[in-house]
Amino acid sequence: MQIGYYPGCSQTGTAKEYDKSLRLVMNKLSAGILELNDWSCCGATSAHVTSHRLSLALSGRNLALAEKQGFKEMLAPCAACYNRLLISQHELNNSPKVKADIEEIVDCKIKGDTEIINIIQLFQKIGKEKISENIKNDLSILKAACYYGCLLVRPHDITHFDDAEEPVSMEELVKTVGAETVNWNFKTECCGAAHSVARKEIVVNLSKKIIEDARTHGANVIIVACPMCHTNLDMRQRAMKREYKDHSEMPVLYLPELIGLAMGFDNKQLGIDLHTVKFKFPELVKKSEEITV
Amino acid sequence: MKIGVFICHCGENIGRTVDCARVAKAAAFFTNVVYSVDNKYMCSDPGQNIIKQAVKDYKLDGVVVGSCSPHMHEKTFRKAVSDAGVNPFLCEIANLREHVSWVHEDKEVATGKAIDLVRFAVEKVKRNSPLTTIKVPVTKRTLVIGGGISGIQAALDVANAGYEVVLVEKEPSIGGHMSQLSETFPTLDCSQCILTPRMVEVYQHPKIKLMTYAEVESVEGFIGNFKVTIKQKARYVDADKCSGCGTCMQKCPIKKKAFSEFDEKLAFRSAIYVPFPQAVPNIPVIDTSVCTYFKNGKCSMCQKVCDREAIFFDQKDELITEDVGAIIVATGYKLYTIDKKPEESEIKGYGEYGYGKYKDVIDGLQFERIASASGPTSGEFKRPSDGKEPKKIVFIQCVGSRDESKGFSYCSKICCMYTAKHAMLYKHKVHDGEAYVFYMDIRAGGKMYEEFVRRAIEEDGVKYIRGRVSRIYEQNGKYIVKGEDTLAGVPVEIDADMVVLATAMVAQPEASKLAQTIGIPYDKYGYFVEVHPKLRPVESSSGGIFLAGACHSPRDIPECVSMASAAAAKAMVLFGSDMLEREPTVAKVNELLCAGCFYCRKVCAYNAIEIKDIRDRSGNLIKQVAYVNDGLCQGCGTCNATCPSKSVELIGYTDEQIFAEISALY
Repeated sequence: MQIGYYPGCSQTGTAKEYDKSLRLVMNKLSAGILELNDWSCCGATSAHVTSHRLSLALSGRNLALAEKQGFKEMLAPCAACYNRLLISQHELNNSPKVKADIEEIVDCKIKGDTEIINIIQLFQKIGKEKISENIKNDLSILKAACYYGCLLVRPHDITHFDDAEEPVSMEELVKTVGAETVNWNFKTECCGAAHSVARKEIVVNLSKKIIEDARTHGANVIIVACPMCHTNLDMRQRAMKREYKDHSEMPVLYLPELIGLAMGFDNKQLGIDLHTVKFKFPELVKKSEEITV
Repeated sequence: MKIGVFICHCGENIGRTVDCARVAKAAAFFTNVVYSVDNKYMCSDPGQNIIKQAVKDYKLDGVVVGSCSPHMHEKTFRKAVSDAGVNPFLCEIANLREHVSWVHEDKEVATGKAIDLVRFAVEKVKRNSPLTTIKVPVTKRTLVIGGGISGIQAALDVANAGYEVVLVEKEPSIGGHMSQLSETFPTLDCSQCILTPRMVEVYQHPKIKLMTYAEVESVEGFIGNFKVTIKQKARYVDADKCSGCGTCMQKCPIKKKAFSEFDEKLAFRSAIYVPFPQAVPNIPVIDTSVCTYFKNGKCSMCQKVCDREAIFFDQKDELITEDVGAIIVATGYKLYTIDKKPEESEIKGYGEYGYGKYKDVIDGLQFERIASASGPTSGEFKRPSDGKEPKKIVFIQCVGSRDESKGFSYCSKICCMYTAKHAMLYKHKVHDGEAYVFYMDIRAGGKMYEEFVRRAIEEDGVKYIRGRVSRIYEQNGKYIVKGEDTLAGVPVEIDADMVVLATAMVAQPEASKLAQTIGIPYDKYGYFVEVHPKLRPVESSSGGIFLAGACHSPRDIPECVSMASAAAAKAMVLFGSDMLEREPTVAKVNELLCAGCFYCRKVCAYNAIEIKDIRDRSGNLIKQVAYVNDGLCQGCGTCNATCPSKSVELIGYTDEQIFAEISALY
């Protein structure tokens, strides 16, 4: 199985550790992903708020490249890339007129049959069994709140993936690697997304709510599958501390980082040390608590 | 043969796209046509008079009318021809409206097609022969399927007119959803108080045979003469011996394993049970899925305590056949449940409302049970999770209804009213409580309905918020309801103690299966379909099968009752005469040609083909041939198409006629 890998911009910058941990884990699972050669912007945010046609063309180019390079499946670990690629493919496949226009712009035929998959679908395809075989560490101390954000499961008519309002697929994977999951309210609540740049206060408040809801429901770690979500939930905790004096830190991990931890890699190997909120297994703390009891 | 051709403009319906005068002129040149004319409204009295006059003046013995579909006016024109003294089956219709003007735009092409169709009909009528209608006897008995308020009303109306009724109900008791309701809008009278007298009347009526815990297995026959097979499910209780004392239910050790269907899963019931105290008949049934005896044979407590020895664990399902002349279908509705994600369904469900994971997010029927004096809380407002009195309730309308992206596109019609009622009932009992209603529109069309909703708002202080709810989640024992007030243009958050969802009314899950069993059409939602939405709203397209109540579409009690009475009246129209007239277009066997292979018997869907012995003068059997029972034959033509020796013909549609029609086109 050779799956195409479309990293997207964040994978090379703010979410370097997402890329690092993903490659490490995939290597361990001896499942190949091959980076798409000559990939370009997916057309997210800045493109699709400026020009719909531009965003379709940007994704269209990448879709055409994937087809040319013979990928039947292509992974887009960033939720926004996944969403843009999928929506463009959907629009091209559903309108011959749009398709002809975009094909002319990118100067290439687009069949539109590459299966675009997100990070959860990737691990689903690899299969629970194969993942379980590679588990070394016991993660049962982790109570994970799985956070999907807005783009991963929406719009359902196009993603055809999990339930848009009450998704459960990430929980299943997290349980597979041995961590516990919590039942919480804000799985798909808005984190503030790109407002992080211009209206930081919005993001701080929204992300704070998400973190606190996870905490009240017993979580000691939040698992994400989107670089934007990670930026807002992890990096903005510094601002949260300034805003809310009593804010206590909540580590936020990418899904492959969690899987990597279960496989026995350490924080440094997985790039977890790059996070704003440092991640430590809560094990020791808990054990000493138990002793005092 | 002298044929007259009459082309109708149907006002502008045909005239707009077909040059009717040209069609009439062209028809005048067809062989045997001696008279041809066009008119604006052929079906009008003057129009019919033109036909009658022409038949007399020109001694016509064949008539072709180019008009609307034969479904509409074939009867009218045949009657006119018959009045003029010619056999009505010598009149044929060329459908120039549904088949031409309504489906084409180009006048030139449409006129050409119209001329073709008239030529087609002229060729057929040349080969028509005079026919007489077949008369069949009517069984003056009615089967009513479903014992809710609609079925009860229909059964009582028919029975009170003096005709026998078989009432079949799949649950152990009649009463349906109405028996679960607390009070009814817009008068707030107690639902059970007005319903139970009707239930008892059904039980005691000498003309009604009540079969509860029974289902219709199959229906054969046709209007006036149905043969119905009904499966009487085993109750494991002898209905004749049981006195309804209830000791078995008290002693049954299964107390908390089975949810009460009647209390909408808010309470438990025993394994041997009657659904509710006023059940009719008051005879328990054993739920074999939870009963210990049926699981491992260990308990037989109910049998031991029964003084009357009425309990028989070896009772079996029974098949009973009944002859009836009419069928009234009144199988009712179900509420759309949000408690799980619907699998393999177009309905996407409401994950944002938690798929039923919150105990205090309930549906309308559950609220009815909480509000009902006979319910699990004896009518006191207590929320299911902890039994506390809710001080703030949020009602959400249109959950599943009017929601094409997640639910059903139709309006469930009753929710605006019952939500107003719910909020009102709550405010009447919990004076310091707050009630909020999220709505899209308030649809309160009906006598005293709008006034009722205004009363809820103005007198009882129910707060109506126009907008949708995007999410419900639990926080510190409260349910945070996030929505939008679209009139004020602001987001709203309410911390409620309980949330009531007015979920959509949906067809019974087995409705489509039943429709196939009895042979009536149903729509994509599973609701049964009437023949004509305006003029024949209670008749199904199968003769003698009528529709009543919410199995047809969402409707409230008064509408169900009127529809049931209408269906009953339609059944009684059938019983008004002893014989039914049927179209003579049935199959007929040419006994000289028939080789007796009886392929026709195998393919006949109506069991209309019998075996007839052909004997010589001294009574020796020469051969056996097929014979068509006129009363059963529906004229479908399957035997005609199957017969290897072409010895079966469909009268009125013989091969000769069909071939003549086809060759007229080329």
